[in-house]
Amino acid sequence: MENKVLNEKPVLQIKHLTVKYGTGCPECQNSLEKNRCRKCGTVWAANDISLEVYPGEVLGIVGESGSGKSTLMQSLYFDIEPDSGEAFLSEYKDGKENIWNTSLAVKRDIKNNLMGMVYQNPIRGLRMNYSSASNIAEKIIAAGNRNAGFMTHRAEELLTAVEILTSRMSEAPKNFSGGMQQRVQISKALANNPSILLLDEVTTGLDLSVQAKVLELIRNIKNTYGISILLVSHDLAVIRMLADRTVVMLDGKIIESGLTDQILEDPQHEYTQQLVHSLL
Amino acid sequence: MGYVAVSGGSEAIEQSIQLLELYRSGTEKDLEIEAIKEKMSLLVDRVMSEAGLYAPDLAALAIKQCEGSCEESVFLLRAYRSTLKRDYYSNVITTDKMRFSRRISAAFKDIIGGQMLGATYDYTHRLIHPEIEKEDPVKLHQRFKEILDKQEPVKTEYAPRVSDELKKEGLMDTYEENNETPFDVTEAILEFPAPRSAVLQTLTRADTGYISGLCYSVLRSFGQVHPTVGELRSGYVEITVEYPQKEDESLYLGEVLMSEVECFCQSEGEDSLKLASGYGVVFGRNENKAIAMAVLDRELDMGGEYPPNDQEFVLMHGDCIEMNGFISHLKLPHYVTFQSKLDAVRKTRENEDEK
Amino acid sequence: MRNEAYNFAFLDEGSKREIRRCTLKAVAIPGYQVPFGSRELPIGRGWGTGGIQLTLSLIGLDEVLKVIDQGSDESVNAVNIKKFVGMCTGVKTTTSTREATLIQSRHRIPEIPLRNDQILVLQVPIPEPLRIVEPKEEVTKKMHAEKDYAPIWLQLYESIVKYDKVTIGADYPVIVENRYIMKPSPIPKFDNPKLNDSECLYLFGAGREKKIYAVPPHTKVESLAFEDVPFEVEHFEGRCCRLCGSTNTYLDEIFDAQTGERLYQCSDTSYCREVRQSHGK
Repeated sequence: MENKVLNEKPVLQIKHLTVKYGTGCPECQNSLEKNRCRKCGTVWAANDISLEVYPGEVLGIVGESGSGKSTLMQSLYFDIEPDSGEAFLSEYKDGKENIWNTSLAVKRDIKNNLMGMVYQNPIRGLRMNYSSASNIAEKIIAAGNRNAGFMTHRAEELLTAVEILTSRMSEAPKNFSGGMQQRVQISKALANNPSILLLDEVTTGLDLSVQAKVLELIRNIKNTYGISILLVSHDLAVIRMLADRTVVMLDGKIIESGLTDQILEDPQHEYTQQLVHSLL
Repeated sequence: MGYVAVSGGSEAIEQSIQLLELYRSGTEKDLEIEAIKEKMSLLVDRVMSEAGLYAPDLAALAIKQCEGSCEESVFLLRAYRSTLKRDYYSNVITTDKMRFSRRISAAFKDIIGGQMLGATYDYTHRLIHPEIEKEDPVKLHQRFKEILDKQEPVKTEYAPRVSDELKKEGLMDTYEENNETPFDVTEAILEFPAPRSAVLQTLTRADTGYISGLCYSVLRSFGQVHPTVGELRSGYVEITVEYPQKEDESLYLGEVLMSEVECFCQSEGEDSLKLASGYGVVFGRNENKAIAMAVLDRELDMGGEYPPNDQEFVLMHGDCIEMNGFISHLKLPHYVTFQSKLDAVRKTRENEDEK
Repeated sequence: MRNEAYNFAFLDEGSKREIRRCTLKAVAIPGYQVPFGSRELPIGRGWGTGGIQLTLSLIGLDEVLKVIDQGSDESVNAVNIKKFVGMCTGVKTTTSTREATLIQSRHRIPEIPLRNDQILVLQVPIPEPLRIVEPKEEVTKKMHAEKDYAPIWLQLYESIVKYDKVTIGADYPVIVENRYIMKPSPIPKFDNPKLNDSECLYLFGAGREKKIYAVPPHTKVESLAFEDVPFEVEHFEGRCCRLCGSTNTYLDEIFDAQTGERLYQCSDTSYCREVRQSHGK
């Protein structure tokens, strides 16, 4: 695995992502209490984060709320604008141009064509009153396709892949259970064969048995489509099940990273040790 | 098929207009313009306020012309305004120089310059007075004229605003004077977010019922403001324009009757609570409208999730002419569009039948 | 006869000039909604005040005016508008489409193709095609700027999923020169093709919503449709006008009060009359 990583070009690369709320001061980095500066009160939501995701791998990001993992995800999906840092996608300008430095229209294109996002709350990712087929079609339309038959065919294919009966494709997700809504979200995210799938706490809030099914589904999708996945969760159990490599975040910083097995067996940082301990 | 039929439209309109004249002619008793202006002044005030045109005689005439309909009268004034050239913008008016006939505060018992109850229906018992039916209007008028004639004129005294004191104490934010040319909603289309000058102009011209209802929704809980009427003043202010070619001189045009309200609300400052004010001002003695405007001003400024916090929602739906025009247009024939709708429905039925 | 108490064409000259400036801008950017300071008229907002302001700002002494509503010259609203414009201009009016130089219309484009020396002014109730998917002006303006039209296409697709067809009736959205999505005003779909590559200038005025837009001659105007689900107009197969016998016009459906029978007749009354005259009926 390590060797493979070294030889391949990352699908996604983030360099020095920083998001802060407040003006910042020269003392900031030396006077942080958790992620807040004691001197000037600036909150460093993401503090110099760098990471890579390689083709076909699942990178897990684990941390408690306030650790910066959601900030990372939102920056990546252009929901918030970072203060500094760069991000590269191998499929956008051959990974040579910073995607955060592009026009709104390009950002929208990148979101529609190269990324798939699954939010913790399906309300954010789905149009609850539109049919499931339309939810998938929305992505395809946004990518410029104007063939209704193609969209319907693709919706059938993807809904089948997430185990939703195609007879229900004209129904709106608002009529579905939480687990089903999550599966529709996943199929929507896959609509344009994105190069990376972003999963933000996708199983949080679901019943345990439903959680297991959704996780199983994600594993199948990864195997079928060979898609790279960036997976954010506060739950180490979820990370253990899915992630090849794991990054541990605390107070806006990365405190530990490595192969998931390694981290679980031999956690280095005190906080990671606590996490692993609570899992046992 | 008398209504729009393929022909006969013009004749139907003529007859319809004749019928309106018939209704207006109802009795041999006249409704004199002077009587409307002087004895129905609150209706005149409301019409002028919603029309955004201070013209008591014209407003009274309009009311007479359209059987007392408020929205029709507003309409007549607005349309008349469109035919006039706009030669001047008046100088900025400050209500510090208001010759007031009523001034109250619900925030403080004693205010500098004093409270003056003035004319208000607030403390009347709403009982119908049957004797009015038989009153002698001449005697009535003379009785009050005699009372007034015996009064000594008093020197006009101006009063500072109640909010000035709170600002001195630092309990309310002070702002620098903003001397930018205000947005003119009668000449340009609103864009969002709209500047405050546009917000205030739109609110002051808005339909009274509309903004009262919105304000009421705020008070009941669809909003965040719990206002106190810090100050309400009604009275006359002078209108002047710049004297042509002499910048420091001005020409006096006359005075207008206005009601102004500042409402005080709690607001969160950087680290402590403070007070913030909402502002309302309207033509005439429409004081509830002024209060509602002040509450909405504050509510819009705060922002939030409810309709009264939403600029587009509040400002786009309260114009008397626009709302009534669009509602009444529903009465126009829609044969073509309805035929098209029908065609779409029938086609989907055909599809179902095929299945 | 013109009423001399009012300025020629009612509005003051400054207002008319301002409206013409906005109109020029609209012509320069086909399909783009140009905001303008809509004036108040003695006619109700929602009753064609956008169209009337265009007409008033454009009209000159030698203009010949035709006003139609639902295709009909005699409908109450058309007559009323014609009367008003006549009162404040004194220009010649007509019911003949060929004779008119300036035509104001609500909900229809005449059946006879219009010429290059004619202007058709259409009255618009709601100019924003994206309003059905987004209530806020602040947002729809951005969507137009970024050409972010996915939501409206989605609306079309959703109706295909549900009904196998696009179920929008009149006011069917079009895309102008591959740039702006535009509402053609509530004309039937039957009239949409007349907008494409036309000889005449189409002007659209929304008085209450304070927008003007235009389709200049020879502009490409396409009705929104998926590649595999073609745009369809209203169909009147097997039906013809009971008065002139036309089978190629937009028909109004009427019920005979006595027999309860469904009958059809041309919505464009001037065209219908012309056909009848040519038949010598």
